[in-house]
Amino acid sequence: MSEMKTHIDVKATVDSKNWFYNDTVKEHFFTPKNFLKDEKEVEEFEKVSNGVGQVGSPACGDMMKLWIRVEDDVIKECKWQTFGCASAIGSTSMLSLMVTENEGMKVDEALKITPQDIVKRLEGLPARKFHCSVLGDKALRGAINDYFRQSGQDDKVIVEGAKIIDKILKITDKDIEEAVLEGARTLEEVQKKTKIGAQDKSCIPEVEQLIRFYTEKYFG
Amino acid sequence: MENKTVYLDNAATTAVDPRVVEAMIPYFNENYGNPGSMHSLGLGGQVALDNSREKISSILNCSTEEILFTGSGTESCNMAIKGVAHHLGKKLKKGNHIITQKTEHHAVLETCEFLEKEGFEVTYLDVDRFGMVNLDDLKNAIREETILVSIMYANNEIGTIQPLEEISDICRENKILFHTDACQAGNYLDLDVEKIGCDLLSLNGSKIYGPKGVGLLYLRKGIMITPLIHGGGQERRLRSGTENIPLIVGFAKALEIATAEKEGETERIGKLSKKLTEGILSTIPKAFLNGHPEKRIVSNVNISILDVEGEAVLLYLDHRGVCASTGSACTSKTLDPSHVILATGLPYEAAHGSIRFSLGRNTTNEEIDYVLEILPEIIKNVRGISPVNLKAEDFKEYLSEANKKISLGVVA
Repeated sequence: MSEMKTHIDVKATVDSKNWFYNDTVKEHFFTPKNFLKDEKEVEEFEKVSNGVGQVGSPACGDMMKLWIRVEDDVIKECKWQTFGCASAIGSTSMLSLMVTENEGMKVDEALKITPQDIVKRLEGLPARKFHCSVLGDKALRGAINDYFRQSGQDDKVIVEGAKIIDKILKITDKDIEEAVLEGARTLEEVQKKTKIGAQDKSCIPEVEQLIRFYTEKYFG
Repeated sequence: MENKTVYLDNAATTAVDPRVVEAMIPYFNENYGNPGSMHSLGLGGQVALDNSREKISSILNCSTEEILFTGSGTESCNMAIKGVAHHLGKKLKKGNHIITQKTEHHAVLETCEFLEKEGFEVTYLDVDRFGMVNLDDLKNAIREETILVSIMYANNEIGTIQPLEEISDICRENKILFHTDACQAGNYLDLDVEKIGCDLLSLNGSKIYGPKGVGLLYLRKGIMITPLIHGGGQERRLRSGTENIPLIVGFAKALEIATAEKEGETERIGKLSKKLTEGILSTIPKAFLNGHPEKRIVSNVNISILDVEGEAVLLYLDHRGVCASTGSACTSKTLDPSHVILATGLPYEAAHGSIRFSLGRNTTNEEIDYVLEILPEIIKNVRGISPVNLKAEDFKEYLSEANKKISLGVVA
């Protein structure tokens, strides 16, 4: 191996300046914290955890599963597995750290974590990678809801409703949010992803308003 | 090895060959004349331009006036498709229908989508699981209004080589113009336009160890197109703008070298690709080759690895000094996975886990050994952290033993 010839016009790109992500994301990608590295570890942790949440699917390109062990409404441990890109892995890793540091976070506080909080702790993500961190907080909310159910606090379970915008194709505000997170910024781009307003033209002004709202919310 | 770069992304772009660099240098600041000028420096530019065109036309087996230089392969595809559509369709009102296929490069697909907005109708033919178009589908898609068929030579993502000669016969029988995007073909396939039977062909420098920013459109004699760029009337008034002599000289030199080395490189790289493919498929479970097992460009190895996401694999590879690419949504601007992989019928989850290694002139046997050494461990780690565990039986037809062997006999 030592006698490898050097290519004329390419140099090793593995230096942080050239990396697509910043050093914090890089660290959490290459040395993720709190993850379960195989089936056996999952089995072991499921014996002690009391909340699990899952979001995404392999078909979407991102899928996360997140387990928490809660004591007296304080998250003591948070473990996870992620199928996804570096920002998905990095943001789940960071999230697991955020909810368990300083003796653990209260579940009520943890529910308030927004994608922006995770991105801030990661010191930034490329704009089009933003949707990956949204999955992390959704998975966490799922796990906390599960904990509420398991601990008999059903009244605290938060159901995130979606409002139907396109009455013919039954497309919701969540679908528009998803499209914006995936990079759509104009009515045309959102329509390419959702077909919204193809028949129900009356919803278009509301769709345009929602696109502006979500763009402002996540990227403003 | 860890500190060297193993560049296996030659389908994205190639290193400029040092012989090409050498040929280009005098034309930047010594012989920098404008071929349009009436003095000896300008004449020097004209001579270089003529010589380059001459070299290329002998390789493409056409006459010099049939070669039009452009700024890229993308520009050539735009110029061909819009040029024909606007001339035959809009000006002469011969028809408004174009046929292409789903795995084309965006340079073709987006151009066709643009023309749809102008009122043209476009048929996007399906491909089979190997990425091949079906000739009966093509015949059935032809209408009285069809003015152009645009089908690529070799696919940039999965390497599948389309049956251009048969496609050309069908187009001729029906008196329809035929354009082919040959940008991935220059190093390994025959570029003789008479054999291919195309009326227009797009080619560029950046995939054949030539410079970026230069391409050409072969336009068969007697065919008129509407130009994209108007101005000083260069390139037979079809592509105005002062000729970029250093890049054109480099492009011609690169094509000359690629043609001279075609046979040897096809054999050498074919062996390395075979070794890489079979090595990966025999050591990594739940992985299979995308594209055609035989009719594929020898430099392309595109593998789907189930339960992993391509970007994560790519970044681990990059960390170990290996440059590759993926059809995963995560690396695309739209966050949709590769349209090519999806067109072959693979489900989204398998498209996200596709990794493309494209070998090239600088690829060595040791580099292939190195990739085969590090990849299984990387996949093991990424799979370990992944909650996904797709069932092998859902991918039975892809994962069979017969699919683990490839033969790369075709070429030249």
